[in-house]
Amino acid sequence: MSDALKLTDVSKTFPVGRKLFGAPKGQVRAVHPLTLSVRQGETLGIVGESGCGKSTLARMLVGLLEPTTGRIEIDGEALDNADPAVFGKRIQYVFQDPISSLNPRKTIRQVMEAPLKHLYRMGADERRKRIAEIFASVNLREEFLDRYPHEFSGGQAQRIGIARALAAKAKILILDEPVSALDVSVQAQVLNLLADLKREFDLTYLFISHDLAVVEAVSDRIAVLYFGAVVELGPAEEIFANPRHPYTRLLAQSAPVVGRPLTAPEAKGTELPDPLNPPPGCAFAARCPRATDRCRKQVPKLDSGHASSVACFHPLDEG
Amino acid sequence: MRAFFILLARNRLALAGGVVLALVVTLALVTPLLPLANPDVTDTSNRFRPIFSEGALLGTDHLGRDLLSRLLWGTRLSLAVGFAAAIFAASIGAAIGIIAGFYGGRTDNVIMRGVDMLMAFPYILLALAIVAALGPGLFNALIAVSAVNVPFFARNIRGITVGIAHKEFVDAARLAGLSNTRIILSEILPNVVPVIVIAMSTTIGWMILETAGLSFLGLGSQPPQADLGSMLGEARSALITNPHTSVVPGVMILVIVMSINLLGDGVRDALDPRLKSGALTRPMAATLVDRQGPVPEPTGKGLLEVQGLKTEFHVKDRIYRAVGGVDLHVEKGECLGIIGESGSGKSVTALSLMGLVASPPGVITAGAAHYDGEDLIGAPYPRLRDMRGRNVAYIFQDPLATLHPLYRVGDQLIEAIRAHRPISRAEGRAKAVELLEAVRIPNPEQRVSDYPHEMSGGMRQRIGIAMALANDPDIIIADEPTTALDVTVQAQVLTILDDLRRSRGLAIVFITHDFGVVAQLCDRVAVMYAGRIVEEGTTAEILDFPRHPYTARLMACVPELGGGKRRLEAIPGLPPVVDRLPPGCAFAERCLKARPDCRKGEIPLEPLGRRRIRCLYPEDESREVAQ
Amino acid sequence: MTGYILKRLLSAIPVLLGITVIVFLIMALIPGDPATAILGSYATPENVEKLNRDLGLDKTLVQQYFIWLGNMAQGDFGTSFALNRPVLDEVLERFNATLVLAGTAFVLCSLLGILAGVISAANQYGWADRAITFVVLLGISIPSFFLGMMMILFFAVNLRLFPVSGMWPIYGARDLSALISHLTMPALALAVVATGVIARLSRSAMLEVLRQDFIRTARAKGVHERGVIWRHALKAAMVSIIPVLGIQAGFVLSGAVYIEIVFQWPGVGRMLVDAILKRDILLVQGGVVFVAACYVLFNIMVDVAQSLLDPRIKT
Repeated sequence: MSDALKLTDVSKTFPVGRKLFGAPKGQVRAVHPLTLSVRQGETLGIVGESGCGKSTLARMLVGLLEPTTGRIEIDGEALDNADPAVFGKRIQYVFQDPISSLNPRKTIRQVMEAPLKHLYRMGADERRKRIAEIFASVNLREEFLDRYPHEFSGGQAQRIGIARALAAKAKILILDEPVSALDVSVQAQVLNLLADLKREFDLTYLFISHDLAVVEAVSDRIAVLYFGAVVELGPAEEIFANPRHPYTRLLAQSAPVVGRPLTAPEAKGTELPDPLNPPPGCAFAARCPRATDRCRKQVPKLDSGHASSVACFHPLDEG
Repeated sequence: MRAFFILLARNRLALAGGVVLALVVTLALVTPLLPLANPDVTDTSNRFRPIFSEGALLGTDHLGRDLLSRLLWGTRLSLAVGFAAAIFAASIGAAIGIIAGFYGGRTDNVIMRGVDMLMAFPYILLALAIVAALGPGLFNALIAVSAVNVPFFARNIRGITVGIAHKEFVDAARLAGLSNTRIILSEILPNVVPVIVIAMSTTIGWMILETAGLSFLGLGSQPPQADLGSMLGEARSALITNPHTSVVPGVMILVIVMSINLLGDGVRDALDPRLKSGALTRPMAATLVDRQGPVPEPTGKGLLEVQGLKTEFHVKDRIYRAVGGVDLHVEKGECLGIIGESGSGKSVTALSLMGLVASPPGVITAGAAHYDGEDLIGAPYPRLRDMRGRNVAYIFQDPLATLHPLYRVGDQLIEAIRAHRPISRAEGRAKAVELLEAVRIPNPEQRVSDYPHEMSGGMRQRIGIAMALANDPDIIIADEPTTALDVTVQAQVLTILDDLRRSRGLAIVFITHDFGVVAQLCDRVAVMYAGRIVEEGTTAEILDFPRHPYTARLMACVPELGGGKRRLEAIPGLPPVVDRLPPGCAFAERCLKARPDCRKGEIPLEPLGRRRIRCLYPEDESREVAQ
Repeated sequence: MTGYILKRLLSAIPVLLGITVIVFLIMALIPGDPATAILGSYATPENVEKLNRDLGLDKTLVQQYFIWLGNMAQGDFGTSFALNRPVLDEVLERFNATLVLAGTAFVLCSLLGILAGVISAANQYGWADRAITFVVLLGISIPSFFLGMMMILFFAVNLRLFPVSGMWPIYGARDLSALISHLTMPALALAVVATGVIARLSRSAMLEVLRQDFIRTARAKGVHERGVIWRHALKAAMVSIIPVLGIQAGFVLSGAVYIEIVFQWPGVGRMLVDAILKRDILLVQGGVVFVAACYVLFNIMVDVAQSLLDPRIKT
């Protein structure tokens, strides 16, 4: 299978304390150089806690942010400037907050027509036909088209968001926490819809979430992000069942599961390192029970020896 | 648009302002057609004639000119200049503000520095300087007044634009291939226009005052032409001898500006969505209680016993039945979980107990909550306040929003104690440190003087817990205390809560939407749907064999870690809106087992084995639905 | 804290320079020849040329600006031709009087405005709220100069409670009681509009804050409603009230121009209007720059107060 999306050393650095003229005071690295590929037709899950850089990564992938370094390839073609209009036909984005991703002063029809008009220059008749098709595939009634966003529930609005992403005919969808604003009963509906659409249109998904169980349920492979870097990447069925990175294990043990007694898996502080003053070695070392001097001095690279790759000097499967 | 006018007309003051303004504007428009004396013809033999003199309804001024005629012509001029200045300032200011706010970065920086520079002047100095340069005259006064107002509009609109430019729908428009210009025109502008209109309607009155002011100083309209301000200025020398020449133009300015302000406020209220939804009403110290019918007697069950609790939200002519008759009880030292989706009424139930539901719009319409035999719902405010925090304490969801941002966490802890008993500062501090230790905050001696924003989310929530512990309450009500936290932090906070409850014998009412959390923490669990409890029993029993179809289906649609990639058992449809509840079972619409009698009449919460359940056809006990 | 004040003072330097540039540019817009304006139409060409040289008007605009700036830095604001007196002396003397008037009005409007706003918000839709809302509406709708005139008519002429105008009695002692009786009416007239604006803003800021989660927390702790309003809500509301106080100080200074004219108060505003009508350019320039500079310094004080209140502001 070919790679639908390929990232090579993509990173993002934000300046801090910018002045009117002259150099900024400091820099924060939100995403460390990251190399990753998503295969055609795959769902790659990206999981991490707040501040791990997953949203920055997502915004770079659709051209809303320009990467500081690195290369983004879609179907073998490099796209590393930041022009969402160029990205738009190939890769689309489904937002976390379904209501605020719709302009409150536009009807759903206007929202749906925008990509058809501006990306494909379709005529009015063609647009109407296409919108009808898309709405049918996301199970939305056409009468919704002339209503305004505030008239919809979160679940319906998220379907509209998905429909808009489909309208651009992109083959890759970035799903940024698409169900975390929804109630559990609606969440399952949307997840199932996403699975159906994927099969029907042969889509590739990048599914970003903080909810381990949700990511596990929808993904083929999962990448675990910590402090802007991938610490572990492996098959979904393996990664939480047999974690290799201590942080992955910590995540898996922290998730509340029915039938497992309450244990605080970590006694040390839970603070993330200071982004303005990052540690020289592994970012997780301060919280890690297995950390050695080497971890505090050197940054571990993502190895790729096993079914899953891990960025750790002392992975859990090595005693 | 129609809705806007309906809202506006409903506001009686705004309507009155609108009518008066319409009258004045009409008069000003038809002035040239009216049979009036020439406003500029002087007749010194007839100077200072009083009001209601023959041939001069409002008298004459110091040159014998007809005051009524001058008043109408002056009003015409003042209105025209005021409106022109407002439109001029609003459009230029808005354009600057939108550009600065949308493009951000250096563009924004340079523009806003310039704006700040202009705002560094007391506005009249700038206006005076402009008039000094251009020379006195009405048109120059107009330029001066609009120029000094541009920075105010620019700054205001920029703030709004920055907020909108970072909204997700703007990103979505970019991905739909819209250019920046198109985004400004089709995404930003429509959302900014209401704000521009609001800003304009609330400043037009002020602009009329300002141009009148410059004319009053002799820097605006030049004789013989007169606007209201210069009429007042000319009349000032005869203030004491012939006050009517001052009163007539002065009152006219007052009437115009006041009607514009009334109308402007109405426009603002009608356009501002926050005001529309009544969001700017002040919640009272305790929830309104308006119980119809008898108050249930306590049966002595548990430490806290809730019976038939009903809480409604009255918004305009709609009634949302958020809590529709809830019965539950908590034993001493027990942890009761209340689980449900958003809108199920779980939080409102919890907040109702100590009268913390925002009111208006909240009203408790029925039921009782007996704490140790005493009804909390009916308790007078002083008694309720005395029990808040001392007997029943709360932990809320978002630890950043629930702590006061401007007080040190230690002071907030001390205040919690002082609300119930006097203690010295030193004693309070010692107690605060002790509380921080109890929730395992490292370096409590130092952290006690931190501000909330200096702490991480997990630390802040520990402060929230410490605050709830401050007066050793018997019951803690925790309203989704870990929902806003990351999983690793959540695990720690839950452990702390669990340890505290066991070591102090606390009863906890834990509100959540997460079955995993309930399973780990709670002894008993109540499942809520559409404002009512549908199933209640011990956690082990309910989670192992849910018997209400809703509980069973809800558990099935939550993915569980370790299950691998799979299709989820979704529940079709949406929860009902609580202002239009169907008769019978609220879940019937989405239930696969629903029969006709499910949709009829009241279905009671009835005992079934050791649990209680609100269902006519519960799931079979032998069947393990969870699998 | 000292570091923060120092930083703010340093950042005021470009603003002050900007102010001088703006004032200078506006004044450079004046059409025609200032010398002719000063000397009147009877001036001889020789006199005009000499005056032009004295005023430095034969140099380029940029040179003129820097000469003017350099002189001001040394305390030389030039000489008013109409008064034949150094501009700085005149401005300082007049500004004193304005400070007494505007300062009193500012303190009045801040205290009354916040008080009215809090009472109004705490009793939303009650009779006190309605009464305050109405008075406030009246206050922001009435022109201050008209209000001042009506006060003179009623309190000075009819009731003879206060002197009609001026800052000091023409005969008699210049003591505090004389000042207070002269100050009362103009200060009140000046304070009314700003009181209205501050009261409105305080009311809506309080209503906004009273809906916040931390207010519910305070109530859940069992804090008295008095404490909730005055300690919790007002303190948080002050974060949005204080910047408005800074802006309103500018409005009070501006309004002082009208009030000084109506009450014959010997302040800087009246001086400026006279100077404009007489085309006394140097006096206008100097007066505007001086008052604007004082206002900039005042706003720094406002920022410092804000940073003392709100620990989230980086100092």
